Amino acid sequence: MKSSVIVFPGSNCDRDVAVALTKFQIENQMVWHNETQLPKSDLVVLPGGFSYGDYLRTGSIASKSRIINDVIRHGKKGGLILGICNGFQILIETGLLPGVLLRNKKLRFLSKNILLKVLNTNNKFCSNYKNKNIIQLPIAHNEGNFFANNELLKNLEDNNLIAFKYCDERGKIEKNSNPNGSSNNIAGILNPEKNILGMMPHPERFIDPLLSGEDGSILFKSLLRPE
Amino acid sequence: MKISATVTLKKDVLDPQGKVVGQTLKNMGYENIINIRQGKYFEIELNESDEIKAKKIVEEICKKLLSNIVIEDYKINYK
Amino acid sequence: MKITPKIIEKHGIKPTEYKKIISLIGKSPNLLELGIFSAMWNEHCSYKSSKKYLKTLPTKNSKVIQGPGENAGIVDIDDNDALVFKIESHNHPSFIEPYQGAATGVGGILRDIFTMGARPIATLNSIHFGSHSHPKTKNLLNGVVSGIGGYGNCMGIPTIGGEVKFDSTYNENILVNAMAVGLVKKNKIFYSKAKGINQPVIYVGSKTGRDGIHGASMASAEFDENSEEKKPTVQVGDPFTEKLLLEACLELMKDDSIISIQDMGAAGLTSSSVEMASKGNLGIEINLDKVPCREKKMTPYEMMLSESQERMLLILNSGKEESARKIFHKWGLDFSIIGKTTNSKNLILNYNGNEVANLPINSLSKDVPIYDRKWKKNLNSKKLNPPKNFENLKIFESLKKILMSPNNSEKSWVWEQYDHTVMGDTIQKPGGDSGVIRIHGKNKGIALTVDSSAHYCLADPIVGGKQVVCEAWRNLISVGSKPIAITNCLNFGNPEKEKIMGQFVETIDGISQACTYLDFPVVSGNVSFYNETQNNSISPTPTIGAVGLIKNLDNMMTKNFKEIGSCIFVIGKTLGHLYQSEFFRVVMNYNDGSPPEINLFNEKNNGLIVLNLISKKLINSIHDISSGGLLVSLAEMCIHGNIGAKIKIPRKDIGKHQYLFGEDQSRYLVEIKEKNKKEVSKFLEENGIYYEMIGKTEKDYLDLEKEFKIELTELTKLNSCWFKNYFEEEL
Repeated sequence: MKSSVIVFPGSNCDRDVAVALTKFQIENQMVWHNETQLPKSDLVVLPGGFSYGDYLRTGSIASKSRIINDVIRHGKKGGLILGICNGFQILIETGLLPGVLLRNKKLRFLSKNILLKVLNTNNKFCSNYKNKNIIQLPIAHNEGNFFANNELLKNLEDNNLIAFKYCDERGKIEKNSNPNGSSNNIAGILNPEKNILGMMPHPERFIDPLLSGEDGSILFKSLLRPE
Repeated sequence: MKISATVTLKKDVLDPQGKVVGQTLKNMGYENIINIRQGKYFEIELNESDEIKAKKIVEEICKKLLSNIVIEDYKINYK
Repeated sequence: MKITPKIIEKHGIKPTEYKKIISLIGKSPNLLELGIFSAMWNEHCSYKSSKKYLKTLPTKNSKVIQGPGENAGIVDIDDNDALVFKIESHNHPSFIEPYQGAATGVGGILRDIFTMGARPIATLNSIHFGSHSHPKTKNLLNGVVSGIGGYGNCMGIPTIGGEVKFDSTYNENILVNAMAVGLVKKNKIFYSKAKGINQPVIYVGSKTGRDGIHGASMASAEFDENSEEKKPTVQVGDPFTEKLLLEACLELMKDDSIISIQDMGAAGLTSSSVEMASKGNLGIEINLDKVPCREKKMTPYEMMLSESQERMLLILNSGKEESARKIFHKWGLDFSIIGKTTNSKNLILNYNGNEVANLPINSLSKDVPIYDRKWKKNLNSKKLNPPKNFENLKIFESLKKILMSPNNSEKSWVWEQYDHTVMGDTIQKPGGDSGVIRIHGKNKGIALTVDSSAHYCLADPIVGGKQVVCEAWRNLISVGSKPIAITNCLNFGNPEKEKIMGQFVETIDGISQACTYLDFPVVSGNVSFYNETQNNSISPTPTIGAVGLIKNLDNMMTKNFKEIGSCIFVIGKTLGHLYQSEFFRVVMNYNDGSPPEINLFNEKNNGLIVLNLISKKLINSIHDISSGGLLVSLAEMCIHGNIGAKIKIPRKDIGKHQYLFGEDQSRYLVEIKEKNKKEVSKFLEENGIYYEMIGKTEKDYLDLEKEFKIELTELTKLNSCWFKNYFEEEL
């Protein structure tokens, strides 16, 4: 499997995600935002960070980069796209995913480990979570509050397009387990064709038992060797 | 009564956001945009019919809260 | 413009200094030249009040590659790896504009690291505010924490440790000390010494604006009522540009284009150009027309003194200019050849075809006067009568008060605003004794801590100075690391006052003694004087940032209890010193008395033996005993591990309050498996280490015989409610 990680000015999780991809034997290339064409890729990753300093609206300026047209083309052709944190914000600004990411409810940056319920394992990113659907991953963001109006929420729920929701140790999805106020505790969503996943938590930071978690590994393993 | 106020960075203060937005517009083909500075716009509705009193209140809240007088200026838009 | 005495005074130059300037340069300076002297001769840049004493600090050991005198200090951490680190203050700007002051403080320290070729891998910070009830504190706390997070998170560098302190001494003078650590290959370190004649001098980064003109002078002046106006323009940080600058510099550093490089910090273009030239014993000539400016019609004065952020000065090998320009262009940064090195030994500035300044480099660097300021010894408090009836206080109520106090509360409200897992190598996040970062791709790690004890230093600067070094040492050992070296940020009041200068001299003496004994030298740091408002000076606050090496991360330790049924040992003797303890200060509101004594022999011995036990894998968990004393440290181990303890006081020769809350130094709490108890006891006895067993770990409760038994959930709640209540958030 071949992947491309897009590097924008201000991206800072590009190295982390490249380390994860390489660890799980996915052949990876780093692609500068100013290129017009993607190298041959099965998976395109938009990494976390503060592309363009999060200025104007987070992800807004990156969504106008030269490379984005090719990323959109790749997505429309059914190619896999994974947007993590800032990457998720960029996917929304390009229109590849719906909704909007607002400021965290408590108006503060939040860096902590949270629990997620994996709700849709019927896609290339989450298939290996079939046997473990309450997982722990870290979040680190100031604008992770996913907002969708009632119509969109119904659409996402009815069509099973929500990949992850924030939950507690028992898998209960409620206000107390929601770190940023997102609608319906949503932490990650898929497009209708399920080839594009946007998520706020950082799977690439939990690929090592020493760092107290391998729940991120499962996502990368799903991509390469679905069980 | 509705009064609006605009808060902008002081003239000599660095505006990192405006800088990047301006550069992006140039990259999008808008060659004749020389400079952009980003600010905030507040719409204030008051329960005060006396215009002079209302203006005084808005002045005060601009100074005390809406603008950071160390690095920002405010302008009250009187209709 | 005629230079009047008033103008000279406004530039912070004393009449005696002005006379010296004239004798050094053989003429009267023009306004631009006066401005340059004002920047280079002020305390922040010249260290004129502190240099004499800083020279007495130990700065070498077998691991030190670079001591004080460069942008940062460097130590060897094996296999061609080296660690670059430093701590710096940004106190005065943070009081005026807390978000930007703190943000630009982080930006400045990061540049000091990557200017040496190191990729920053962690930051820490020590922030001090006035009393929590002081009207300014809440906003300042909020602004500073947001600012640190806003800059560090955007740069993508994890913040893995720090401290937050509240004390009325900082009511009108908060402290923001930022520390950064970077990783570099030993054979790829870049220095700031200029070399070669006629080499191009190049400006890269953000354009120059009117930011913070005379910021370096402001850093050296006390606040008065008009301080709100003393900020022509506050520096605004742009972490996005700094991230680009970081990547561009590291990219350029892959080959040998750079001869020397220096970041533009306090006093911007002036200090960077002068320092580079001075170190290389060369001259430098700058054409100010080439300086990229953000504002129209900037004068040479403004260009030279501007403190616009995110700029670097490079001296490149001739012929490398174009390839370097391409790199900076790719990252969207300004790149301008603004001058060259010369053999004139002068700083020559040209503008519009005219020479506008010409000064001998030495007059701005090596010949800056060093003062031998008068100082008074600190009057040690005699033995006082302790506060009345403290023995009647219930132990549990006292413990509760301490755990719920702002200084001893758990502080996740603060550090959850800092991204502490970016870069994927954070092994221990904030909240432990030290933060730990794995060296990327290897199984070794570095431990980092930052500590201060201002109230000890106020009571006795020599003992306080020793203590704070020892505490940093202990914190490193408590995570299983071998301490290597320290960086220090010395925050004091006005050195022109004998009492304050005395605090400085004696604190340095204490730091020196401890560093020498522990083989724990000072490799970098800075001094912040004039932290004083209307004659109220802060308590002497030396902040120590320290670094240790964990050769194999399998041996790393944490402070959370690991299993039920383990033995709990106290290593080190409890003497029961209550003066200056949290018990006296927080519970009894009693601030007099001397700090606990330091016995350097015991400190070193206990620490090295503990490391030995750790390497033998005989310790389950460990926490050093510090603020609050034994009972508080024990409570912290229970809370962190969600495992309780059942203990009883093993001795009757001192009172129970003394035993439980005394802040005697050189002690550790360790958890030992029952099966290892004999071996550990034997080893400690053989090595002459005093120890006591106080009890065992158990489920769900902290149980102190005859005193109290409390549920861990309750204890945890007590320790974690202060910040949430302060900011009125839902628990």
